[in-house]
Amino acid sequence: MIQVKNLYKSFNGKTVLENISVTFESGKTNLIIGRSGSGKTVLLKSIVGLHEIDSGEIWYEKTLFNKLDFAGKKVIRSEMGMLFQGSALFDSLTVEQNVGFPLDMFTDSPPEEKMDRVNFCLKRVDILNANNLYPSELSGGMKKRVAIARAIALNPKYLFCDEPNSGLDPITAILIDALIKELTEEYSMTTIVNTHDMNSVMEIGEKIVFISEGVKCWEGNKNDILNSDCSSLNDFVFANSLAKKLRTQAKT
Amino acid sequence: MHSRGFKNLINGNTINISNFEGHNYKRMIKFLTQFGRYILLLKKVFSKPEKPSLYFKQTMSEFVNLGLNSIGIIAIISFFMGAVITLQTAYNTENPIYPKYLIGLGCRDSMILEFSSTIAALILAGKVGSNIAAEIGTMRVTEQIDALEIMGVNSASYLILPKLIATLIFNPLLTLIAIIVGIFGGGIAGTLAGVITTENFIYGIQYAFIPYYIVYSLIKTVFFAFIITSVSAFQGYYVDGGSLEVGRASTKAVVFSSVLILLFNVILTQLLLS
Repeated sequence: MIQVKNLYKSFNGKTVLENISVTFESGKTNLIIGRSGSGKTVLLKSIVGLHEIDSGEIWYEKTLFNKLDFAGKKVIRSEMGMLFQGSALFDSLTVEQNVGFPLDMFTDSPPEEKMDRVNFCLKRVDILNANNLYPSELSGGMKKRVAIARAIALNPKYLFCDEPNSGLDPITAILIDALIKELTEEYSMTTIVNTHDMNSVMEIGEKIVFISEGVKCWEGNKNDILNSDCSSLNDFVFANSLAKKLRTQAKT
Repeated sequence: MHSRGFKNLINGNTINISNFEGHNYKRMIKFLTQFGRYILLLKKVFSKPEKPSLYFKQTMSEFVNLGLNSIGIIAIISFFMGAVITLQTAYNTENPIYPKYLIGLGCRDSMILEFSSTIAALILAGKVGSNIAAEIGTMRVTEQIDALEIMGVNSASYLILPKLIATLIFNPLLTLIAIIVGIFGGGIAGTLAGVITTENFIYGIQYAFIPYYIVYSLIKTVFFAFIITSVSAFQGYYVDGGSLEVGRASTKAVVFSSVLILLFNVILTQLLLS
């Protein structure tokens, strides 16, 4: 479980996140949704410690993460996996080396054991016969899968995904969503996904937090989201004409 | 007080002066902030490596990227610089009073004292410095550095320390190569142009040789290698934005490294040769 309490974050005097308090539950796919520029990525990066917060608390189970030093954070980070918006695979390493990197860095297992784990992770995300390819030789969807394989290589307790569907076609996006949900259930991870894709919300959103202009406006699950009273959430959910049409039909 | 009186005296220009003061103050604060960040980055770079074996592997790869791959350009430029120095010395000392072997001596000392360390460092600032800033900067904007941080890796140390070790060890070798190839180029050019005989040139490069000059040159090279790598890495590591900013960081890396090399050249020369 990850708890965020009264989090404030600003850049150059401009407040980007204001008094965010939310609990992300274990074994569930937690979604942070909101419009572009609403502060989703800043919130996610603050939670994982890539941004120093101005004030507030970030708890990983019973550990106050934001007050830890580098060594303390390193312990928690060994239990984290993260999928970045642009995949963030290391350009100079092959697929196999990318997935094996955390194993090389943090384990002393024999090479054969590491290779077994790499192959297992790649198989788990349906990447076959691509061990020796470089990231530049992969498609967008494949890059995301390899990044997921790298994120789960060390059996993380927490998985963070920043816009996992950005730049992907709808079918690949659904497959990536399904994969994230499966992995979350399989390894009982606490997963936090940042997205503005309503398909993802309806497919995998077990707990949803809606952020608008740096403020948490709504919290609930995918069943509640369509009947919310929050006007900014409704504007977001029913932004496209198809959704508006379906809503009107449902009302009539 | 003095400043305020001056402002009152020229009444209408008050705003300009305060702007000027404010501008200078901001520049000073910016400089101190950047310098502080540079020192903090170095502190991170020199912290204990997570896994020495991986760092060793990375260092070996940097030997190839930053060292071996620079031999070609250094050798070509050194050869032609040696040749030009020899010819210029020859054409500017066409006096029977001057013995011919001084051409060889001039080529040797120019190559050892200045070219092999300072000029070669300026060339490397362009080649290696821009490479380092662009590589690390791209890793920053594509979130690869964030990915390292999330894994709990000290990204500054993992990315910069191997480059520093590689350049600190390899650049002195490049300096020695520059000296040898430059003097060789001078000998070839001088002989082919008929301005000096091979015997005279060889006598000249042996005449009044001071071995300490080589040490002086190597000490300078080590300092310059540190400047090129650390300044360029600093520019790349703190890039914020996209490809445009990475390009700017590369340019800044080359400019700042070059200026610092020239500054330290004066300081080290005074310290080591006085």
